[in-house]
Amino acid sequence: MTDTLTIPSRPRAFRPATTEPTVVKGALIALCLAVLTVLLFAPLIAVFEEALRRGWAFALASLSEPDAQSAIWLTLTVAAIVVPLNAAFGIAAAWAITKFDWRGKAWVFTLIDLPFSVSPVVAGLLFVLMFGANSALGAWLVASGFPIVFAVPGIVLATLFITFPFVARELIPVMLEQGRAEEEAALTLGASGWRTFFTVTLPNIRWALLYGVLLCNARAMGEFGAVAVVSGKIRGQTTTMPLMIEMFYNEYLSVAAFTMAGVLALLAFVTLTLKTALEWRYADQLAATHRH
Amino acid sequence: MNIEIEEISKDFGTTAALHPVSLSIPSGTLVALLGPSGSGKTTLLRILGGLEFPTAGRVLFDGADATNLSVQDRRAGFVFQSYALFRHMTVFDNIAYGLRARPRQSRPQSAEIARRVTKLLDLIKLPDIGARYPSQLSGGQRQRVALARALAIEPRMMLLDEPFGALDAKVRRELRQGLRDIHDTTGLTSIFVTHDQEEAMELADLVVVMSMGRIEQVGKPEDIRARPKTEFVREFVSA
Repeated sequence: MTDTLTIPSRPRAFRPATTEPTVVKGALIALCLAVLTVLLFAPLIAVFEEALRRGWAFALASLSEPDAQSAIWLTLTVAAIVVPLNAAFGIAAAWAITKFDWRGKAWVFTLIDLPFSVSPVVAGLLFVLMFGANSALGAWLVASGFPIVFAVPGIVLATLFITFPFVARELIPVMLEQGRAEEEAALTLGASGWRTFFTVTLPNIRWALLYGVLLCNARAMGEFGAVAVVSGKIRGQTTTMPLMIEMFYNEYLSVAAFTMAGVLALLAFVTLTLKTALEWRYADQLAATHRH
Repeated sequence: MNIEIEEISKDFGTTAALHPVSLSIPSGTLVALLGPSGSGKTTLLRILGGLEFPTAGRVLFDGADATNLSVQDRRAGFVFQSYALFRHMTVFDNIAYGLRARPRQSRPQSAEIARRVTKLLDLIKLPDIGARYPSQLSGGQRQRVALARALAIEPRMMLLDEPFGALDAKVRRELRQGLRDIHDTTGLTSIFVTHDQEEAMELADLVVVMSMGRIEQVGKPEDIRARPKTEFVREFVSA
């Protein structure tokens, strides 16, 4: 009986159910690489190529110009002010939305996305309307020597508005998934609210927080539309790096424009490297705690 | 510690989770709050632990009003349904958490903390897992670590929310005896929530049957089985 039973040869059965034929796999990888090359790598290389077209010395000289220096410092200053503030606001918003029940919560949740849905130019115009010299508040601010529009505070405000959702958006899904049980456990063990936050909540959200901060930082340094409207583009005073790039470009100073663009790209690259380094350094913890 | 619940009620918005309920729990008793989901048993447990506050009524611990006592000051050893172990901390740090959270003047030295954690790991019969993370433990091990973490604060009572809910039948049976042993060793008044009548009957000294936010019957397991007071109790207990 047993020797009449033919066991079908089934090498395919050892193939995992989720895999695809090699051809499909190869095609998908090739497609992915092609898109990456055309959309990401090629432009990035082109930027540096343009910047270095007339050599390193020429490119670096364009950066040492006072206007260029001022733009770089302004962008770094704005990011240094905006990112910590939005990290704090984002944590507060995510905390309020995920850990408590209150009236109007759904409404606030929707409102957080507002900066994503409103065009940055419109956002910029709103700030001009609110704080510009034509409004009562704006006139008073100018008179008291603290102008907001066409000045650095306006740039900070506009950037704050535009980059507000990044941290909150990253944190809310993570905090919803984690629930409130661990915080409740800490409280029953005698920990104060602050201690619970710093020893339980914050460590649990640190990776999401890091991603949110990196995204927020990238956008804060790269924001163009809203900043263009509120800044007034005063050379050497209210011109950030993206605005400076546009000015150089419009003035046919293409080496200066692309060098500045290259610096902006490098800044983004630094944040990405930082993220990867941290992930690598804490790989064991990430695996043990199942975060990202 | 004996616990006195006087006419406690709890509303969530317009829905009443608990109609006024009263219950007296003598010191050292192992009590089961038994009922189907939505019967208010978890709400009652959370009120005792200070995680919810009652709409009306009083809670007395050893005769002293504890109704408005903060969750931190209750010193209730709370074991959560899915244990709520701190996932980013080792088992050792989880168990030590409550001791390290104490104000400086009553916080033990780190050597003393280590000694107590080791003792608790022995008590739950898992002496070698201090360095592991919760995700590296089995369900049964997690439950015992949660128990040890709650015991570390030298609680005045133990409150356990479906302590066996997430475990398979075999582990359940083993851990039931484990909980009974720990209760008998510590002598703490312990209250656990369950929807499993067999579990309640086998483990508890006193069973409180609840339904729709009301207490249907309170009694020893054998009395409830022999003389169910209401139709609901009869059906629930025979199920």
